[in-house]
Amino acid sequence: MQIEADVRARQMMKRKISPMKTQEWLWGYIFVAPLILGIAVFYMWPVIQTFYFSFTEWGAFNKYSWSGLKNYERLLQDKVLWSAFRNTLVFVVWSVPLTVIFSIIAAALLNQKVKGLTIYRTLYFLPVVTMPAAVSIVWKWLYNGDYGFINYILSFVNIKGPTWLSDPKFALYAVIVVAVWMAIGNNMIILLSGLQGISSSYYEAAELDGAGPFYKFFNITLPLLTPTIFFVMVMQLISAFQMFDLIFMMIGDKSIAIESAQTVVFIFYKYAFLDNAKGYASTIAIVLLVVILIITAIQMRLQKKWVHYE
Amino acid sequence: MKRMFMLTLLALMVTVAGCSGGGTSSDDGGKTSTSTEGQSQTDSNTTDSKETVTITYAGWGASGYKDAYPMIIKAFEEKHPNIKVKIEDTPNKQYWQKLETAANGDNLPDVFWMNGPRFMQYAANEMLMPLGDLIKQDNYDMNNYPKSLVDLYTYDGQSYGIPKDFDTIGVWYNKALFDEKKVEYPNVSWDWSKLIDAAQKLTDPAKGQWGIAANFDSQGGYYNTIYQAGGYMISDDKKSSGYDKPEAIEGIQFWTDLIHKYKASPTMAQMTDTEAINMFTSGKVAMLWEGSWNAVDFANNEYLKDKIGVAALPKGKEQSVVIHGLGHVMSKNTKHPKEAWEFLKFLGSKEVADIHTKTGVAIPAFNGTQDAWVKSQPNLDLQIFIDQLAYSKPYPVSKYTAKWSGLESDILKKAWSGELSPEEAGKQMAAKMNEALAAE
Repeated sequence: MQIEADVRARQMMKRKISPMKTQEWLWGYIFVAPLILGIAVFYMWPVIQTFYFSFTEWGAFNKYSWSGLKNYERLLQDKVLWSAFRNTLVFVVWSVPLTVIFSIIAAALLNQKVKGLTIYRTLYFLPVVTMPAAVSIVWKWLYNGDYGFINYILSFVNIKGPTWLSDPKFALYAVIVVAVWMAIGNNMIILLSGLQGISSSYYEAAELDGAGPFYKFFNITLPLLTPTIFFVMVMQLISAFQMFDLIFMMIGDKSIAIESAQTVVFIFYKYAFLDNAKGYASTIAIVLLVVILIITAIQMRLQKKWVHYE
Repeated sequence: MKRMFMLTLLALMVTVAGCSGGGTSSDDGGKTSTSTEGQSQTDSNTTDSKETVTITYAGWGASGYKDAYPMIIKAFEEKHPNIKVKIEDTPNKQYWQKLETAANGDNLPDVFWMNGPRFMQYAANEMLMPLGDLIKQDNYDMNNYPKSLVDLYTYDGQSYGIPKDFDTIGVWYNKALFDEKKVEYPNVSWDWSKLIDAAQKLTDPAKGQWGIAANFDSQGGYYNTIYQAGGYMISDDKKSSGYDKPEAIEGIQFWTDLIHKYKASPTMAQMTDTEAINMFTSGKVAMLWEGSWNAVDFANNEYLKDKIGVAALPKGKEQSVVIHGLGHVMSKNTKHPKEAWEFLKFLGSKEVADIHTKTGVAIPAFNGTQDAWVKSQPNLDLQIFIDQLAYSKPYPVSKYTAKWSGLESDILKKAWSGELSPEEAGKQMAAKMNEALAAE
């Protein structure tokens, strides 16, 4: 009857979630659960384990024992690690801006209706899908002191090129060139999609006011692209701090140039797998994690100053 | 109902994808068979019974041994019908990791390959079966092998391993380059000064050729010259380093002088960019000190095959060469000690040595069986590798060899690059090495 209907209506309003909603959420969780399980087991659990291992010391046959803060104290005194941090910073300071700038230029150039556009985009993207091992082998040949292509070209202008990868003065910078070359393609794609999200009405309005291409680029494209640039910068910074594979394959542990180029993750590899000091290596990994977290947090804070969200 | 089924199937597929895409492969690489231990556990506990027992045999022979392994197993199983042997072959790079994991889990193979640098670690941590009593009991003749090899697998006065094969170092040279400069070929009568002289004559900067590659290599290079100068890398009691002694420094200086003083070798930077062995096989250097294991490669190399020659190492203050060889060892906690010992003895026999030479995989350690290997390359004087046994000295090892052998790469290479003088490098190396040895 009417009163019963009223009571039932009021009861339903009191209940915050309807049974249909609960069922939807349940299915949502079920679908997400497998992936979350995978991430928890293979990513989150190892981080927790690494944190635990940073307080242990390892001996032969993977036997480890608790050692408290000893590893952290050792880290503060470790000159090799500090020089590796310095090398890593040099790498970051050079490679991130160069990558971002070149990626923006490449994306802007490839956003036009040019003949053979797809071919250009493919060529620029190829380095990304090439295996780092293959990239290293080819670039090692290019950089070879006696028989490499770069020094061959230089010999035409009467310059005797150095042994790029074996010279402590040049090795790290040689690797930076390769790293930037590899990263442009990936970021270019991301920036391209950002560019295509900019409404053409802005450009039309500017053209009506008589704006030239450079004005359009610096006053419309760049500001509206800043959210994408922000994303690219954050990702590039994180991956630059983790640089390992190119140093390992192009220079390597036995090279005379390694001390000028070894990065933090390279030192981690050395301690973990060559010296079997897995506890100390875990400490290094945790410290690197904290450094990257802090820098990313700073970036998040700074975004208010320069990122324009529409 | 059909919808529910499809959704559940989808969820399962996503789970599988999520799990496999999420992590790096967590198993220990290489082809393994983890069920053997279980199998041998369910087999007889009393080793006297005539039930079939399966033992595991692990090594890293890979493709080189694809013929040798089955021949060895067949010959053994014919003699011992109640014992079956299961091979566990892993590429060298993963072999040691896998072995360590197995050691931790008390799951070592029954019989397996061992090398000098790692031997003491396993023996000292009681992972290996001491063989002294077994040898005495069965009157097994250890005189069949070179003493330096038997010593390599002896710890604390006890024998733990039976030598398997060995390698020594020789001077490989390019006859064509020697003929061009009219220099006499190297031979066993040479000494250091003769070699330096020849290297200088063979160096032609205009053509980009050098007399010798002063390769920064321990086993192929400075271990030999340190011994030849009358020095040593590690003391006999394994407690102190010999690197700061004048003899060792002389041994190092032999190479650094070739680079910096006599200019008869490419620089360290050049040899880092292009490996010395590649320089040799493309005719850029006339001489290279390298191991006997290169015989097959050099003899078959397109460029080298009609030009290659090899000679014994020159004499320093004394004749010497570093010898290394693999050994066969037994796990201490094997569940089939009797069967494993039978197999171990068989592996050390003349029959298996002959299989080694027939398949050409390595120079067998059994005295007198090396002729077939020597004859395998008629154009090369491989006999020199055998002759050098007479004055060979052991590869330097300690309980945790890796802890200081890594330092050799870090510190000594600076003498090659000229950053440090050989004395400085030797002193620093000895200081760090003594630290590591004290911690053992």
